Amino acid sequence: MTAEHGLKKLLIHQTPYFCYPQFRIMSIKKEEDIDNSLSGENIPEHATEHKGKWYKRLRKGITTSTADKKETPEGLWNKCPECNYICTTAELKEHLYVCPKCNYHHRIGSEDYYDILFDNQEYIVLFDNIRSKDFLGFTDLKPYQKRLDEIHAKTDLKDSMRVAVGKLNGQEMVIACMDFEFIGGSLGSVMGEKFSRAVDYCIEYHLPYMVISKSGGARMMESAFSLMQLAKTSGKLAQLSDAQLPFISLLTDPTFGGISASFGMLGDLNIAEPGALIGFAGPRVIKETIKKDLPPGFQRSEFLLDHGFLDFIVDRSKLKDRLAQLIVLFRN
Amino acid sequence: MPQYPNRQFLDFEQPIKELYEHIEENKKLAEKNAKVDYRGIIQQLEDSIVDKRKEITQHLTPWQRVQLSRHPDRPYTLKYIENMTTNFVELHGDRNVKDDKAMVGGFADLDGQTVMFIGQQKGINTKARQLRNFGMANPEGYRKALRLMRLAEKFNKPVVTLIDTPGAFPGLEAEERGQGEAIARNIYEMIRLKVPIIVVIIGEGASGGALGIGVGDKVLMMENTWYTVISPESCSSILWRSWDKKEVAAEQLRLTSLDMKSFGLVDEIVPEPLGGAHWDYVESANILKSYILKSIEEFKQYTPEQRMNMRIEKFGKMGFWDEVEETEEMQ
Repeated sequence: MTAEHGLKKLLIHQTPYFCYPQFRIMSIKKEEDIDNSLSGENIPEHATEHKGKWYKRLRKGITTSTADKKETPEGLWNKCPECNYICTTAELKEHLYVCPKCNYHHRIGSEDYYDILFDNQEYIVLFDNIRSKDFLGFTDLKPYQKRLDEIHAKTDLKDSMRVAVGKLNGQEMVIACMDFEFIGGSLGSVMGEKFSRAVDYCIEYHLPYMVISKSGGARMMESAFSLMQLAKTSGKLAQLSDAQLPFISLLTDPTFGGISASFGMLGDLNIAEPGALIGFAGPRVIKETIKKDLPPGFQRSEFLLDHGFLDFIVDRSKLKDRLAQLIVLFRN
Repeated sequence: MPQYPNRQFLDFEQPIKELYEHIEENKKLAEKNAKVDYRGIIQQLEDSIVDKRKEITQHLTPWQRVQLSRHPDRPYTLKYIENMTTNFVELHGDRNVKDDKAMVGGFADLDGQTVMFIGQQKGINTKARQLRNFGMANPEGYRKALRLMRLAEKFNKPVVTLIDTPGAFPGLEAEERGQGEAIARNIYEMIRLKVPIIVVIIGEGASGGALGIGVGDKVLMMENTWYTVISPESCSSILWRSWDKKEVAAEQLRLTSLDMKSFGLVDEIVPEPLGGAHWDYVESANILKSYILKSIEEFKQYTPEQRMNMRIEKFGKMGFWDEVEETEEMQ
């Protein structure tokens, strides 16, 4: 037995092998790439990480047969990505998906926002019958239509935006909200059309309008059609403005590209959740362009507030009251 | 306009370069051999250059059109203005931060009428390219463009925008100064601008950077240009996770003038001289000028309100979707 071999054996015996994966997760710095969310594929984290194996497994890993395997229910516990605080999902939900320890605002979907904002969780979903289709026959690694079908099969979501009308502390309002799960909340023809019809609805019923943005940008699979949605939605805002109805743009983590280059930044009030990443170009692209590290806090809500692009930052727990208060102020 | 041997050739233009080389050889031979008449063969070669230019443009792939739109000899905004107008007075600055050299603009005389020209400007050599930031404007560029549009509106002059950009600049300061907001504001204000706006894509039309000066009554697209939501390279890197699929991305994005016209996303295609605009600056400018004049005439007759409503309707129609049975859903 060589000395090296002996050392390996020693290490294996002294350190239980299950420590290694844990060590690995702790040591990898998490950095998100916004653009990749638009590809419509959820790549498992660290999938690209590869470490050379320097030890040899002597015994078999898992010997329990599949039949005897005990399943742990998914999603019972939740770890805060910011401070690593662990709590039950039920506890997190009670805190409106905000970390009780560090105030990190977890990403949530339209359903959750509607439940948080609307009185008695009562609201009517509008224009839910509009569906994306693959007009161009766009195929990247997968055909666009197949992507759509897969998400439709996997989730209840019909597209990256839902529109609903309901009351906030008695004040009626139309709220359009994006779902990041649906191809990165990307702006395509359907979002543009729903946005437009929501504006028409507001004008018809004389209601204030709010959009909750959470998107990586325009939907590339719809090519120039998605780009034109920037002009389409901005045009509708001109009509809303002429009807003297307030438009509030709530930016949440993350909001990029086509959204911030159109209605996202065109609110009568632009507001944001704390710590949300908001910008035109994604951090990776900027870093590659200027070949410098980005300062801490760059493109966060607080940074935008500081540079004059937001009216205020609001905690999720205070969002509803603040909105209701604003509607009253606008109306009286 | 650069002439051979200062002309630059793309990979698929190499046959033309070879023809030029043949001509040069024959010219040299003619100098040596005064007795033999080389005029015939030189003329023949020159004719075949024209044929080749025609042949090449007939079978271009989408990626080759992208390459043509970026041809180093291609005329840029100021070149078009120079060749189309007289009395151009360039105006500078956004009255706020600085003067963005990637965005130019000013009043000029276009066939007897004053027109406000605005467009992204690229540089013709390394130094100029840096000065112009490769045609990638910062927020102050878009705000300068808006200032000039307002100026045109005040004096009731039509606006012509010339688009040629690989995108809005993705920089640190650009974000600090609100790149997204600047583009959004322009799109919004251009919808409402009281004077006619004619938009022309003269080169690259990449994403929000292009649309930031791209909302108008009439959108024209020159033959060998592209216009879409993202550059084929970036699209390839995001969707294919590799930089090598730019040709495929260019095909899938359907970004050529023919595609864009067939989708109704642009109104008209402006033809270019045989082989592309870089073969004849004057001719390209003349063709473009006739299209611009015709478009201004067309939209002058409407009232500002009519024009605004037509713009909202025009862009409002863009998009594709299905509507399924099942309407409201009570939660």
